[in-house]
Amino acid sequence: MASSATRIRVGTGAGFSDDRIDPAVDLAERGAVDYLVFECLAERTIARENLTRLKDPEKGYTPYLAERFQAILPAWKKNKFRIVTNMGAANPAAAARAVRREARALGIDNLPVAYVTGDDVAQIVRNNPQLPLMEDGSPVEALIPRMASANVYLGADVIHDGLATGAPVVMTGRVADPSLFVGCMMHGLGWRYDDYSKLAVGTLAGHMMECAAQLTGGCFVDPGKKDCDDPVTPGFPYADVGADGTLTLGKLEDSGGRLDVQTCTEQVLYEMHDPTSYITPDCILDISDVEFKPESKHRVRVIGAKARPRTPTYKVVVGYHDGYIGEGEVGYAGPNALARAKLAEQIVRERLKKRGLSYPEIRVDYIGMSSLHRMNEGGGGRPEPYEVRLRIAARSPDRKTAAAVGFEVRTLHVNGPSGGGGGTNALREVLAVKSILIPREMVKTQISMEGTL
Amino acid sequence: MSIKVYELGHARAGDKGNTSNVSVTAYDERAWNILREQLTPERVMQAYGEIAKGPVTRYELPKLRALNFVIENALGGGVTVSLAQDMHGKSLSYVMLGIDLHG
Repeated sequence: MASSATRIRVGTGAGFSDDRIDPAVDLAERGAVDYLVFECLAERTIARENLTRLKDPEKGYTPYLAERFQAILPAWKKNKFRIVTNMGAANPAAAARAVRREARALGIDNLPVAYVTGDDVAQIVRNNPQLPLMEDGSPVEALIPRMASANVYLGADVIHDGLATGAPVVMTGRVADPSLFVGCMMHGLGWRYDDYSKLAVGTLAGHMMECAAQLTGGCFVDPGKKDCDDPVTPGFPYADVGADGTLTLGKLEDSGGRLDVQTCTEQVLYEMHDPTSYITPDCILDISDVEFKPESKHRVRVIGAKARPRTPTYKVVVGYHDGYIGEGEVGYAGPNALARAKLAEQIVRERLKKRGLSYPEIRVDYIGMSSLHRMNEGGGGRPEPYEVRLRIAARSPDRKTAAAVGFEVRTLHVNGPSGGGGGTNALREVLAVKSILIPREMVKTQISMEGTL
Repeated sequence: MSIKVYELGHARAGDKGNTSNVSVTAYDERAWNILREQLTPERVMQAYGEIAKGPVTRYELPKLRALNFVIENALGGGVTVSLAQDMHGKSLSYVMLGIDLHG
Protein backbone atom coordinates (compact mmCIF):
# COMPACT_ATOMS: atom_id res chain seq x y z
CA MET A 1 0.00 0.00 0.00
CA ALA A 2 1.45 3.37 -0.96
CA SER A 3 1.39 6.26 1.45
CA SER A 4 -1.92 7.59 0.23
CA ALA A 5 -4.34 7.80 3.15
CA THR A 6 -5.14 11.16 4.71
CA ARG A 7 -6.54 9.54 7.82
CA ILE A 8 -6.25 6.10 9.38
CA ARG A 9 -7.75 4.34 12.35
CA VAL A 10 -5.47 2.28 14.59
CA GLY A 11 -7.05 0.17 17.33
CA THR A 12 -5.70 -1.64 20.38
CA GLY A 13 -6.33 -5.39 20.43
CA ALA A 14 -4.60 -6.22 23.73
CA GLY A 15 -2.82 -4.29 26.44
CA PHE A 16 -0.99 -7.14 28.14
CA SER A 17 -0.32 -10.83 27.68
CA ASP A 18 -3.38 -12.00 29.64
CA ASP A 19 -5.78 -9.32 28.42
CA ARG A 20 -9.44 -9.85 27.49
CA ILE A 21 -10.21 -11.07 24.01
CA ASP A 22 -13.80 -9.91 23.35
CA PRO A 23 -13.11 -6.14 23.15
CA ALA A 24 -10.60 -6.79 20.36
CA VAL A 25 -13.17 -8.83 18.46
CA ASP A 26 -15.68 -5.99 18.87
CA LEU A 27 -13.23 -3.44 17.43
CA ALA A 28 -12.31 -5.81 14.62
CA GLU A 29 -15.92 -6.46 13.68
CA ARG A 30 -17.46 -3.02 13.77
CA GLY A 31 -14.67 -0.56 14.53
CA ALA A 32 -13.63 0.12 10.93
CA VAL A 33 -10.00 -0.15 12.00
CA ASP A 34 -7.20 -0.11 9.44
CA TYR A 35 -4.68 -1.53 11.89
CA LEU A 36 -5.17 -3.56 15.07
CA VAL A 37 -2.22 -3.69 17.48
CA PHE A 38 -1.84 -6.41 20.11
CA GLU A 39 0.71 -5.56 22.82
CA CYS A 40 1.35 -8.76 24.75
CA LEU A 41 4.89 -8.62 26.10
CA ALA A 42 5.84 -7.72 29.67
CA GLU A 43 9.42 -6.98 30.67
CA ARG A 44 10.36 -10.49 31.74
CA THR A 45 8.16 -12.42 29.29
CA ILE A 46 10.94 -12.96 26.79
CA ALA A 47 13.23 -14.44 29.45
CA ARG A 48 10.50 -16.90 30.43
CA GLU A 49 9.70 -17.75 26.81
CA ASN A 50 13.37 -18.30 26.03
CA LEU A 51 13.31 -21.08 28.61
CA THR A 52 10.20 -22.52 26.97
CA ARG A 53 11.93 -22.40 23.61
CA LEU A 54 14.91 -24.33 24.96
CA LYS A 55 12.53 -27.17 25.79
CA ASP A 56 10.62 -26.96 22.48
CA PRO A 57 12.10 -25.08 19.50
CA GLU A 58 8.61 -24.48 18.04
CA LYS A 59 7.41 -22.70 21.22
CA GLY A 60 8.55 -19.55 22.98
CA TYR A 61 5.80 -17.19 21.87
CA THR A 62 2.98 -15.79 24.01
CA PRO A 63 0.67 -18.53 25.38
CA TYR A 64 -2.64 -16.96 24.24
CA LEU A 65 -1.60 -16.56 20.61
CA ALA A 66 -3.87 -19.33 19.32
CA GLU A 67 -6.94 -18.10 21.23
CA ARG A 68 -6.46 -14.50 20.09
CA PHE A 69 -6.06 -15.36 16.42
CA GLN A 70 -8.94 -17.87 16.50
CA ALA A 71 -11.14 -15.08 17.82
CA ILE A 72 -9.93 -12.30 15.54
CA LEU A 73 -9.41 -13.98 12.17
CA PRO A 74 -13.12 -14.41 11.30
CA ALA A 75 -13.50 -10.61 11.54
CA TRP A 76 -10.26 -10.15 9.61
CA LYS A 77 -11.70 -12.27 6.80
CA LYS A 78 -14.51 -9.75 6.40
CA ASN A 79 -12.69 -6.50 7.10
CA LYS A 80 -9.06 -7.11 6.07
CA PHE A 81 -7.34 -4.76 8.51
CA ARG A 82 -3.63 -5.19 9.23
CA ILE A 83 -2.54 -6.95 12.42
CA VAL A 84 0.62 -5.92 14.28
CA THR A 85 1.74 -7.75 17.41
CA ASN A 86 4.71 -8.57 19.61
CA MET A 87 3.19 -11.95 20.52
CA GLY A 88 6.29 -13.52 18.95
CA ALA A 89 8.20 -12.99 22.23
CA ALA A 90 11.30 -15.20 22.07
CA ASN A 91 10.34 -16.94 18.83
CA PRO A 92 8.66 -14.72 16.18
CA ALA A 93 9.27 -17.26 13.38
CA ALA A 94 7.46 -20.06 15.25
CA ALA A 95 4.72 -17.57 16.18
CA ALA A 96 4.28 -16.72 12.51
CA ARG A 97 3.86 -20.41 11.70
CA ALA A 98 1.40 -20.80 14.57
CA VAL A 99 -0.73 -17.94 13.19
CA ARG A 100 -0.82 -19.66 9.81
CA ARG A 101 -1.94 -22.91 11.45
CA GLU A 102 -4.81 -21.11 13.16
CA ALA A 103 -5.70 -19.41 9.87
CA ARG A 104 -5.78 -22.72 7.98
CA ALA A 105 -8.09 -24.21 10.60
CA LEU A 106 -10.48 -21.33 9.82
CA GLY A 107 -10.29 -21.88 6.05
CA ILE A 108 -7.70 -19.19 5.29
CA ASP A 109 -5.24 -21.31 3.34
CA ASN A 110 -2.36 -18.92 2.90
CA LEU A 111 -2.10 -16.09 5.40
CA PRO A 112 1.30 -14.42 4.84
CA VAL A 113 2.94 -13.35 8.09
CA ALA A 114 5.95 -11.04 8.09
CA TYR A 115 8.16 -11.42 11.13
CA VAL A 116 10.90 -9.31 12.62
CA THR A 117 14.11 -10.68 14.08
CA GLY A 118 17.23 -9.03 15.42
CA ASP A 119 15.95 -7.88 18.80
CA ASP A 120 17.74 -10.85 20.43
CA VAL A 121 21.19 -9.44 21.25
CA ALA A 122 22.35 -12.04 23.79
CA GLN A 123 25.49 -12.76 21.74
CA ILE A 124 26.29 -9.05 21.42
CA VAL A 125 25.97 -8.66 25.18
CA ARG A 126 28.26 -11.67 25.77
CA ASN A 127 30.81 -10.05 23.44
CA ASN A 128 30.57 -6.71 25.28
CA PRO A 129 30.68 -7.54 29.00
CA GLN A 130 31.97 -4.06 29.81
CA LEU A 131 28.61 -2.40 29.02
CA PRO A 132 27.33 -0.68 32.18
CA LEU A 133 23.96 -1.48 33.76
CA MET A 134 21.58 1.49 33.82
CA GLU A 135 20.56 0.58 37.39
CA ASP A 136 23.95 1.03 39.07
CA GLY A 137 26.66 1.53 36.46
CA SER A 138 28.36 -1.81 37.14
CA PRO A 139 29.39 -3.94 34.12
CA VAL A 140 26.81 -6.40 32.75
CA GLU A 141 29.52 -9.07 32.95
CA ALA A 142 28.38 -10.31 36.37
CA LEU A 143 24.95 -11.25 34.98
CA ILE A 144 26.18 -13.07 31.89
CA PRO A 145 26.61 -16.53 33.51
CA ARG A 146 22.97 -16.33 34.71
CA MET A 147 21.57 -14.56 31.63
CA ALA A 148 18.32 -15.99 30.21
CA SER A 149 17.68 -13.35 27.54
CA ALA A 150 18.84 -10.01 26.18
CA ASN A 151 16.58 -8.11 23.80
CA VAL A 152 16.58 -4.56 22.48
CA TYR A 153 13.46 -2.49 22.27
CA LEU A 154 13.25 -2.02 18.51
CA GLY A 155 11.51 1.01 17.00
CA ALA A 156 8.74 1.85 14.57
CA ASP A 157 10.95 1.45 11.50
CA VAL A 158 10.79 -2.35 11.66
CA ILE A 159 7.00 -2.27 11.98
CA HIS A 160 6.81 0.00 8.94
CA ASP A 161 9.10 -2.32 6.99
CA GLY A 162 7.10 -5.37 8.02
CA LEU A 163 3.86 -3.74 6.87
CA ALA A 164 5.53 -2.60 3.64
CA THR A 165 5.95 -6.26 2.61
CA GLY A 166 2.19 -6.35 2.19
CA ALA A 167 1.71 -9.19 4.66
CA PRO A 168 -1.57 -8.86 6.57
CA VAL A 169 0.15 -9.80 9.85
CA VAL A 170 3.40 -8.43 11.27
CA MET A 171 4.84 -10.53 14.11
CA THR A 172 7.65 -9.32 16.35
CA GLY A 173 9.57 -10.05 19.51
CA ARG A 174 10.68 -7.07 21.56
CA VAL A 175 9.56 -3.74 20.11
CA ALA A 176 8.85 -0.66 22.23
CA ASP A 177 5.12 -0.59 22.93
CA PRO A 178 4.40 2.86 21.41
CA SER A 179 6.50 1.97 18.35
CA LEU A 180 4.06 -0.81 17.42
CA PHE A 181 1.51 1.97 16.83
CA VAL A 182 3.88 4.54 15.32
CA GLY A 183 4.94 2.01 12.67
CA CYS A 184 1.30 1.68 11.55
CA MET A 185 1.05 5.45 11.15
CA MET A 186 4.32 5.68 9.22
CA HIS A 187 3.05 3.00 6.90
CA GLY A 188 -0.50 4.22 6.48
CA LEU A 189 0.12 7.96 6.36
CA GLY A 190 3.55 8.06 4.70
CA TRP A 191 5.25 9.65 7.69
CA ARG A 192 9.03 9.83 7.45
CA TYR A 193 11.22 8.49 10.23
CA ASP A 194 12.83 11.90 10.70
CA ASP A 195 9.59 13.92 10.84
CA TYR A 196 9.59 14.46 14.58
CA SER A 197 6.41 16.52 14.74
CA LYS A 198 4.57 13.44 13.43
CA LEU A 199 6.54 10.90 15.45
CA ALA A 200 5.56 12.94 18.52
CA VAL A 201 1.87 12.50 17.75
CA GLY A 202 2.25 8.82 16.98
CA THR A 203 4.32 8.13 20.08
CA LEU A 204 1.87 9.98 22.29
CA ALA A 205 -1.03 8.00 20.79
CA GLY A 206 0.85 4.73 21.15
CA HIS A 207 1.85 5.49 24.73
CA MET A 208 -1.78 6.17 25.64
CA MET A 209 -3.20 3.17 23.77
CA GLU A 210 -0.72 0.43 24.58
CA CYS A 211 -2.45 -0.53 27.84
CA ALA A 212 -5.79 -0.87 26.07
CA ALA A 213 -8.63 -0.46 28.61
CA GLN A 214 -6.49 1.66 30.92
CA LEU A 215 -7.54 4.47 28.56
CA THR A 216 -11.20 3.51 28.51
CA GLY A 217 -12.24 3.11 32.12
CA GLY A 218 -9.99 0.31 33.29
CA CYS A 219 -7.93 1.00 36.43
CA PHE A 220 -10.19 4.00 36.95
CA VAL A 221 -13.57 3.35 38.54
CA ASP A 222 -14.04 4.16 42.22
CA PRO A 223 -17.72 3.61 43.12
CA GLY A 224 -19.47 6.81 44.13
CA LYS A 225 -16.44 8.91 43.29
CA LYS A 226 -15.44 8.11 39.72
CA ASP A 227 -18.19 6.05 38.13
CA CYS A 228 -18.96 4.71 34.71
CA ASP A 229 -22.22 3.31 33.32
CA ASP A 230 -20.79 -0.03 32.30
CA PRO A 231 -17.61 -1.15 34.06
CA VAL A 232 -18.16 -4.73 32.88
CA THR A 233 -17.40 -4.40 29.17
CA PRO A 234 -15.07 -1.44 28.57
CA GLY A 235 -14.33 -1.11 24.88
CA PHE A 236 -10.74 -0.98 23.68
CA PRO A 237 -9.54 2.36 22.31
CA TYR A 238 -8.80 3.48 18.77
CA ALA A 239 -6.92 6.49 17.41
CA ASP A 240 -8.03 8.46 14.35
CA VAL A 241 -4.81 9.91 13.04
CA GLY A 242 -4.51 12.41 10.20
CA ALA A 243 -1.55 12.59 7.84
CA ASP A 244 -1.08 16.17 9.11
CA GLY A 245 -0.70 14.92 12.69
CA THR A 246 -4.20 15.51 14.03
CA LEU A 247 -5.19 12.97 16.66
CA THR A 248 -8.49 11.92 18.18
CA LEU A 249 -8.77 9.04 20.64
CA GLY A 250 -12.05 7.21 20.85
CA LYS A 251 -13.97 4.06 21.64
CA LEU A 252 -17.03 2.54 20.00
CA GLU A 253 -20.30 4.30 20.85
CA ASP A 254 -22.12 1.50 22.57
CA SER A 255 -19.09 -0.06 24.22
CA GLY A 256 -18.76 0.12 28.00
CA GLY A 257 -16.22 1.94 30.11
CA ARG A 258 -15.47 5.60 29.54
CA LEU A 259 -12.99 7.65 27.57
CA ASP A 260 -12.82 11.30 28.52
CA VAL A 261 -10.42 13.99 29.70
CA GLN A 262 -10.06 12.31 33.11
CA THR A 263 -9.16 8.86 31.81
CA CYS A 264 -6.83 10.42 29.22
CA THR A 265 -5.03 12.46 31.87
CA GLU A 266 -4.47 9.44 34.10
CA GLN A 267 -3.17 7.36 31.24
CA VAL A 268 -0.89 9.97 29.65
CA LEU A 269 1.02 10.12 32.94
CA TYR A 270 1.05 6.36 33.43
CA GLU A 271 4.65 5.10 33.70
CA MET A 272 5.85 8.62 32.88
CA HIS A 273 8.79 10.17 34.71
CA ASP A 274 9.99 13.56 33.40
CA PRO A 275 7.08 14.69 31.20
CA THR A 276 9.46 16.52 28.86
CA SER A 277 11.59 13.43 28.20
CA TYR A 278 9.80 10.16 27.53
CA ILE A 279 12.45 8.20 25.67
CA THR A 280 11.43 5.65 23.05
CA PRO A 281 13.50 4.15 20.21
CA ASP A 282 11.81 6.62 17.84
CA CYS A 283 12.06 9.97 19.60
CA ILE A 284 12.11 11.77 22.94
CA LEU A 285 8.51 12.67 23.59
CA ASP A 286 7.57 15.86 25.45
CA ILE A 287 4.01 15.93 26.80
CA SER A 288 4.32 19.12 28.85
CA ASP A 289 2.07 21.05 26.44
CA VAL A 290 -0.44 18.29 25.77
CA GLU A 291 -4.13 19.11 26.18
CA PHE A 292 -7.29 17.03 25.86
CA LYS A 293 -10.41 18.50 24.20
CA PRO A 294 -13.69 16.58 24.52
CA GLU A 295 -15.22 15.99 21.10
CA SER A 296 -18.16 13.80 22.03
CA LYS A 297 -19.11 11.31 24.73
CA HIS A 298 -16.65 8.74 23.42
CA ARG A 299 -14.02 10.86 21.68
CA VAL A 300 -11.23 13.19 22.84
CA ARG A 301 -9.02 15.33 20.63
CA VAL A 302 -5.36 15.49 21.65
CA ILE A 303 -3.08 18.44 20.89
CA GLY A 304 0.35 19.65 21.90
CA ALA A 305 2.68 16.64 21.47
CA LYS A 306 6.30 17.56 20.84
CA ALA A 307 9.43 15.49 20.33
CA ARG A 308 13.18 15.76 20.08
CA PRO A 309 15.38 13.48 17.94
CA ARG A 310 15.91 9.91 19.10
CA THR A 311 18.99 8.86 21.02
CA PRO A 312 21.89 6.99 19.35
CA THR A 313 21.29 3.91 21.52
CA TYR A 314 18.80 1.11 21.98
CA LYS A 315 17.71 0.00 25.44
CA VAL A 316 18.33 -3.69 26.16
CA VAL A 317 16.44 -5.68 28.76
CA VAL A 318 18.64 -8.40 30.18
CA GLY A 319 16.71 -11.23 31.83
CA TYR A 320 18.62 -13.40 34.28
CA HIS A 321 18.09 -16.12 36.88
CA ASP A 322 17.93 -14.62 40.34
CA GLY A 323 17.15 -17.47 42.74
CA TYR A 324 13.77 -18.40 44.20
CA ILE A 325 10.91 -16.89 46.18
CA GLY A 326 9.04 -19.11 48.63
CA GLU A 327 5.86 -18.01 50.38
CA GLY A 328 2.99 -19.19 52.50
CA GLU A 329 -0.33 -17.83 53.80
CA VAL A 330 -2.76 -18.67 56.58
CA GLY A 331 -5.88 -16.83 57.80
CA TYR A 332 -7.31 -15.91 61.21
CA ALA A 333 -10.66 -14.31 62.14
CA GLY A 334 -12.66 -13.17 65.15
CA PRO A 335 -11.44 -12.24 68.64
CA ASN A 336 -7.67 -11.75 68.92
CA ALA A 337 -7.12 -12.57 65.23
CA LEU A 338 -4.14 -10.25 64.82
CA ALA A 339 -2.36 -11.58 67.92
CA ARG A 340 -2.76 -15.14 66.66
CA ALA A 341 -1.39 -14.14 63.25
CA LYS A 342 1.57 -12.43 64.92
CA LEU A 343 2.29 -15.51 66.99
CA ALA A 344 2.16 -17.59 63.81
CA GLU A 345 4.76 -15.31 62.24
CA GLN A 346 6.99 -15.71 65.28
CA ILE A 347 6.68 -19.51 65.16
CA VAL A 348 7.65 -19.64 61.50
CA ARG A 349 10.65 -17.35 62.00
CA GLU A 350 11.79 -19.43 65.01
CA ARG A 351 11.47 -22.72 63.16
CA LEU A 352 13.37 -21.49 60.10
CA LYS A 353 16.12 -20.29 62.42
CA LYS A 354 16.23 -23.64 64.29
CA ARG A 355 16.67 -25.34 60.93
CA GLY A 356 19.68 -23.16 60.29
CA LEU A 357 18.09 -21.34 57.36
CA SER A 358 18.67 -17.67 56.70
CA TYR A 359 17.40 -15.30 54.03
CA PRO A 360 18.67 -12.07 52.49
CA GLU A 361 15.10 -10.70 52.67
CA ILE A 362 11.92 -11.82 54.44
CA ARG A 363 8.63 -9.97 54.01
CA VAL A 364 5.67 -10.34 56.35
CA ASP A 365 2.22 -9.12 55.36
CA TYR A 366 -0.93 -8.97 57.44
CA ILE A 367 -3.40 -9.06 54.58
CA GLY A 368 -6.38 -6.87 55.43
CA MET A 369 -4.12 -4.50 57.29
CA SER A 370 -0.64 -3.94 55.96
CA SER A 371 0.06 -5.97 52.81
CA LEU A 372 -0.27 -3.07 50.35
CA HIS A 373 0.45 0.12 52.28
CA ARG A 374 2.46 -1.30 55.23
CA MET A 375 1.56 -0.61 58.88
CA ASN A 376 1.51 3.20 58.88
CA GLU A 377 3.12 3.12 62.29
CA GLY A 378 4.15 6.75 62.07
CA GLY A 379 0.57 7.77 61.24
CA GLY A 380 -1.28 6.11 64.12
CA GLY A 381 -1.31 2.59 62.74
CA ARG A 382 -4.19 0.79 61.07
CA PRO A 383 -7.36 -0.33 62.87
CA GLU A 384 -7.34 -4.02 63.71
CA PRO A 385 -9.51 -5.90 61.20
CA TYR A 386 -11.99 -8.70 61.98
CA GLU A 387 -10.05 -11.03 59.71
CA VAL A 388 -6.36 -11.06 58.94
CA ARG A 389 -4.35 -13.29 56.68
CA LEU A 390 -0.68 -13.83 57.42
CA ARG A 391 1.64 -13.99 54.44
CA ILE A 392 5.36 -14.67 54.72
CA ALA A 393 7.62 -14.49 51.66
CA ALA A 394 11.37 -14.77 51.36
CA ARG A 395 14.00 -15.08 48.69
CA SER A 396 16.97 -17.40 48.52
CA PRO A 397 19.50 -18.44 45.88
CA ASP A 398 18.75 -22.01 47.00
CA ARG A 399 15.52 -23.68 45.94
CA LYS A 400 15.06 -25.86 49.04
CA THR A 401 15.75 -22.97 51.40
CA ALA A 402 13.09 -20.88 49.63
CA ALA A 403 10.62 -23.78 49.70
CA ALA A 404 11.02 -24.12 53.47
CA VAL A 405 9.16 -20.81 54.00
CA GLY A 406 5.93 -22.07 52.49
CA PHE A 407 6.37 -25.44 54.18
CA GLU A 408 6.62 -23.92 57.66
CA VAL A 409 3.57 -21.72 57.06
CA ARG A 410 1.58 -24.63 55.68
CA THR A 411 2.30 -26.82 58.69
CA LEU A 412 0.68 -24.22 60.97
CA HIS A 413 -2.60 -25.66 59.75
CA VAL A 414 -2.25 -28.46 62.28
CA ASN A 415 0.55 -27.23 64.53
CA GLY A 416 0.00 -23.48 64.84
CA PRO A 417 -2.17 -21.03 66.81
CA SER A 418 -5.90 -21.60 67.28
CA GLY A 419 -8.28 -21.27 64.35
CA GLY A 420 -5.79 -20.86 61.51
CA GLY A 421 -7.48 -21.70 58.20
CA GLY A 422 -6.89 -21.75 54.48
CA GLY A 423 -3.16 -22.37 54.48
CA THR A 424 -1.40 -22.19 51.11
CA ASN A 425 2.18 -22.25 49.96
CA ALA A 426 4.06 -21.53 46.73
CA LEU A 427 7.53 -21.48 45.25
CA ARG A 428 8.66 -19.68 42.12
CA GLU A 429 11.84 -19.24 40.18
CA VAL A 430 12.81 -15.58 39.83
CA LEU A 431 13.63 -14.18 36.41
CA ALA A 432 14.88 -10.68 37.10
CA VAL A 433 15.63 -7.91 34.60
CA LYS A 434 18.19 -5.15 34.31
CA SER A 435 18.90 -2.73 31.49
CA ILE A 436 21.82 -1.56 29.40
CA LEU A 437 22.14 0.75 26.40
CA ILE A 438 23.88 -0.35 23.23
CA PRO A 439 24.81 1.65 20.13
CA ARG A 440 22.23 1.29 17.36
CA GLU A 441 24.80 0.18 14.80
CA MET A 442 25.44 -3.02 16.77
CA VAL A 443 21.89 -4.19 16.07
CA LYS A 444 20.97 -5.86 12.77
CA THR A 445 17.27 -6.44 12.17
CA GLN A 446 15.65 -8.53 9.48
CA ILE A 447 12.16 -8.90 8.04
CA SER A 448 11.28 -12.45 6.92
CA MET A 449 8.10 -14.07 5.69
CA GLU A 450 6.11 -17.21 6.39
CA GLY A 451 3.86 -17.92 3.43
CA THR A 452 3.77 -16.19 0.05
CA LEU A 453 2.11 -12.98 -1.05
CA MET B 1 -9.91 22.46 57.97
CA SER B 2 -8.31 19.22 56.91
CA ILE B 3 -9.10 17.78 53.48
CA LYS B 4 -7.87 14.59 51.85
CA VAL B 5 -6.21 14.59 48.43
CA TYR B 6 -9.01 12.11 47.59
CA GLU B 7 -11.49 15.02 47.66
CA LEU B 8 -9.31 17.22 45.47
CA GLY B 9 -8.16 14.96 42.68
CA HIS B 10 -7.74 11.50 41.19
CA ALA B 11 -4.57 9.46 40.93
CA ARG B 12 -2.92 6.59 39.07
CA ALA B 13 0.29 4.70 39.80
CA GLY B 14 2.71 3.25 37.26
CA ASP B 15 5.94 1.30 37.56
CA LYS B 16 9.34 1.24 35.90
CA GLY B 17 11.97 -0.93 37.55
CA ASN B 18 12.15 -0.04 41.23
CA THR B 19 10.53 3.36 40.68
CA SER B 20 6.85 4.16 41.12
CA ASN B 21 5.23 7.19 39.56
CA VAL B 22 1.97 8.52 40.93
CA SER B 23 0.04 11.23 39.13
CA VAL B 24 -2.55 13.43 40.83
CA THR B 25 -5.04 15.31 38.68
CA ALA B 26 -7.10 18.10 40.24
CA TYR B 27 -10.88 18.06 39.83
CA ASP B 28 -11.03 21.87 39.49
CA GLU B 29 -9.05 25.11 39.69
CA ARG B 30 -9.45 25.54 43.44
CA ALA B 31 -8.25 21.99 44.09
CA TRP B 32 -5.35 22.56 41.71
CA ASN B 33 -4.17 25.55 43.72
CA ILE B 34 -4.29 23.60 46.98
CA LEU B 35 -2.47 20.61 45.49
CA ARG B 36 0.18 22.72 43.82
CA GLU B 37 0.85 24.63 47.01
CA GLN B 38 0.66 21.91 49.64
CA LEU B 39 1.38 18.56 48.01
CA THR B 40 5.15 18.97 48.10
CA PRO B 41 7.73 16.23 47.48
CA GLU B 42 8.51 16.36 51.21
CA ARG B 43 4.88 15.77 52.16
CA VAL B 44 4.70 12.87 49.70
CA MET B 45 7.95 11.34 50.96
CA GLN B 46 6.54 11.44 54.47
CA ALA B 47 3.39 9.58 53.40
CA TYR B 48 5.37 6.90 51.52
CA GLY B 49 8.00 6.66 54.27
CA GLU B 50 7.34 3.02 55.19
CA ILE B 51 7.00 1.96 51.57
CA ALA B 52 9.73 3.83 49.70
CA LYS B 53 13.24 5.05 50.40
CA GLY B 54 12.94 7.90 47.91
CA PRO B 55 13.96 10.40 46.72
CA VAL B 56 10.74 11.91 45.41
CA THR B 57 10.70 14.27 42.41
CA ARG B 58 7.65 16.35 41.51
CA TYR B 59 6.75 17.51 38.00
CA GLU B 60 3.98 20.05 37.28
CA LEU B 61 1.65 19.89 34.29
CA PRO B 62 -0.43 23.07 34.54
CA LYS B 63 -2.26 22.43 31.25
CA LEU B 64 -3.57 19.16 32.65
CA ARG B 65 -3.85 20.50 36.20
CA ALA B 66 -1.79 17.50 37.22
CA LEU B 67 1.24 16.72 39.34
CA ASN B 68 3.47 13.76 38.60
CA PHE B 69 5.48 12.30 41.46
CA VAL B 70 8.41 10.02 40.73
CA ILE B 71 9.11 7.94 43.82
CA GLU B 72 12.37 6.02 43.70
CA ASN B 73 13.26 2.80 45.54
CA ALA B 74 9.58 2.08 46.03
CA LEU B 75 8.88 -1.35 44.58
CA GLY B 76 10.92 -3.89 46.52
CA GLY B 77 13.57 -4.06 43.82
CA GLY B 78 11.11 -4.02 40.90
CA VAL B 79 8.23 -6.09 39.55
CA THR B 80 10.31 -9.13 38.67
CA VAL B 81 12.01 -9.62 42.05
CA SER B 82 9.68 -8.00 44.60
CA LEU B 83 8.42 -10.03 47.56
CA ALA B 84 5.29 -7.85 47.69
CA GLN B 85 1.85 -9.01 46.65
CA ASP B 86 1.30 -5.81 44.67
CA MET B 87 4.52 -6.06 42.70
CA HIS B 88 3.58 -3.24 40.32
CA GLY B 89 2.55 -0.93 43.15
CA LYS B 90 -0.82 -0.34 41.48
CA SER B 91 -2.39 0.29 44.89
CA LEU B 92 0.10 3.04 45.75
CA SER B 93 -2.08 5.75 44.19
CA TYR B 94 -4.32 5.43 47.25
CA VAL B 95 -1.47 6.33 49.61
CA MET B 96 -1.36 9.65 47.77
CA LEU B 97 -5.15 10.05 47.94
CA GLY B 98 -5.07 9.43 51.70
CA ILE B 99 -2.80 12.40 52.42
CA ASP B 100 -4.41 15.16 54.53
CA LEU B 101 -4.01 18.77 53.41
CA HIS B 102 -5.55 22.05 54.57
CA GLY B 103 -8.64 22.95 52.53
